[in-house]
Amino acid sequence: MSIEAMPPESGLRTDVPVLEVEDLSVTFVRRGEQPTRAVDEVSFSVAAGETIGLVGESGCGKSVTSLAVMGLLPRRGVQVGGSVRLGGTELLGASDRTLRRLRGSEMAMVFQDPLSSLNPTVPIGTQVTEVLAEHRGLGKKEATAEAAELLDRVGIPDPTRRLKEYPHQLSGGMRQRALIAMALACSPRLLIADEPTTALDVTIQAQILELLRELVVDTGTALVMITHDLGVVAGLCDRVHVMYAGKVIETADRHDLFARPRQPYTGGLLASVPRLDAGRGVPLTPIRGSARDAIPWAEGCAFAPRCDNAQDDCLTEVAGSTVPLEYDGPGRELRCRHPLTYPPSPTGATSSGSTASGAGR
Amino acid sequence: MTAVGDVRRRRIDELAARAGQVPEGEGGVSLTTSAFRRLRRNPVAILGAVIVLVFLVVAAFAPWLAPRDPLAQTLLSEVRPGFIPGPQEGFPLGADQLGRDLLSRLVYGSRQSLLIGVVSTVLGAVVGMALGVLAGAFGGWVDTVVMRAVDILLSIPSLLMAISISVLLGQNQYALMIAIAVTQVPVFARLLRGSMLAQRGNDYVLAARALGVRKGRIVFGHVLPNSLSPVIVQATLSLATAIIEAAALSFLGLGDPDVARPEWGAMLSTAQSFLSVRPALAVWPALCIIVVALGFTLLGESLREALDPKFRR
Repeated sequence: MSIEAMPPESGLRTDVPVLEVEDLSVTFVRRGEQPTRAVDEVSFSVAAGETIGLVGESGCGKSVTSLAVMGLLPRRGVQVGGSVRLGGTELLGASDRTLRRLRGSEMAMVFQDPLSSLNPTVPIGTQVTEVLAEHRGLGKKEATAEAAELLDRVGIPDPTRRLKEYPHQLSGGMRQRALIAMALACSPRLLIADEPTTALDVTIQAQILELLRELVVDTGTALVMITHDLGVVAGLCDRVHVMYAGKVIETADRHDLFARPRQPYTGGLLASVPRLDAGRGVPLTPIRGSARDAIPWAEGCAFAPRCDNAQDDCLTEVAGSTVPLEYDGPGRELRCRHPLTYPPSPTGATSSGSTASGAGR
Repeated sequence: MTAVGDVRRRRIDELAARAGQVPEGEGGVSLTTSAFRRLRRNPVAILGAVIVLVFLVVAAFAPWLAPRDPLAQTLLSEVRPGFIPGPQEGFPLGADQLGRDLLSRLVYGSRQSLLIGVVSTVLGAVVGMALGVLAGAFGGWVDTVVMRAVDILLSIPSLLMAISISVLLGQNQYALMIAIAVTQVPVFARLLRGSMLAQRGNDYVLAARALGVRKGRIVFGHVLPNSLSPVIVQATLSLATAIIEAAALSFLGLGDPDVARPEWGAMLSTAQSFLSVRPALAVWPALCIIVVALGFTLLGESLREALDPKFRR
């Protein structure tokens, strides 16, 4: 009944990272069409209380990764390979029943658009109590009291009244708060937030991020932030995985990544962030081309066609092998043969970020 | 200067206080409630509702509203070959070929027509929705089997189907109801299935799944309530069709075997023989059928407008 009773029941271990993703690949197969590999051997892990970011442009495989972890991809037409372990328990190939029990109680997800993620015909309260009834077996009265408490915890004023209201009567920020409340109803160990602030305006974005940060600190939930917003990454994530065309191309601690991006793509992302202190009339610096210009990884670095540093050996044909993800200093991994370089700084690897070369910030 | 500032400040405070208040009755407005509000502002909806309501009242209170016994052949003595008594004192619409009061027969006839219409539509909607839920919720081969069966039903002309079924089940009014219901089933099944499939792709379904909500609960608690509005509209429109079909089947002699019992379709059918003598005998029941069908159609169309977000002005 109570949360404390849950862990032994769920059979999840606490001595391993909350989430371990190893060589996760997702391929969409359609009859009569070339299979599309949306996620290509992605590996990462998240410990309790840690926040990691999955960063990249639209279509780079961030959301598919999260859906694969949650087991929410359709079975037909999708091939999932590799390994996804939640508290040591393998999720790929687990039964629908097992997955459904874990979803909502041990792992939860917050989606991008808070309006469409809420059922328009059902009051907020019912949608929250539903989760409590499902996973914690609470009766109607208890569940309602608990739901009010949850809404209060995520900062929704007058929760008892709000419980009776319908999604269209809440503001965007409040809807997202309600969704976060639903996701946290059973104190999951893993929370995946898929661009939770994209549909919100800037002031609300900051509030929601602050709320997520507090919750992670308070409850020790492992948080996976999926975003294309580097501001979100800077404010929230401990570690960052930059993805491009389905593969992780750079992994680093937040500070290292912002101070010394190595992959030219990461550098380009950082350089393209609009700056308030830039002079008038200074044009923005975009990355050339679009994500559609990516070449298959088998033929070389997918980013090569858009890369300023690209050379002949970025192509498999010339180098004899595709670009591997390699060790790149403590806590860093890099998939690039011609990374951005920085003059050696006296303070060592974690410089304060003033060094600038190439597209670095 | 200060006075003006005070006034303005007070005004701002007032406005702020008012902005903070929630208007009476605005808390917890569901989509259904707001749709109902839009409906009330639509004159076409009001007209349709009034027509439907009038006929419902007439049907419900027929014994009190009808001036005479619909079966009593009061004016039989005045009926001669080539003459049927017209409107006169105590008989506002005159009598039929057997000397029975036409108005009373029309009033009692509304009972039969509405009863057959409502019962067959409800029956058809329930069975059709059950099939629709089955197909929409399970998908896969269940969907294929159910939908092909429905397609076959749909490919048979509805009147032909109704005739075959009433012949098969014998001539009584229950057979008539079932026959009409069967022709309604495919429409509801397809509509609900399509509507559910459209809803299933929505984010809130994915979000509910991500929270580990049971499949049954997702189908009945989330997908179904959101898929119902086209079905409600269709039910209203189907009522009109059912009433017309009931009349048509009675006209063809497949209705109630008790020919004395008033029914608009049957009245229309017998009136054929006396068209040259007294056309009013055919005109009145036909008018009743048309007006009641129009009432349900108007109501259904305005319901569609009220429930469809695309129609919102």
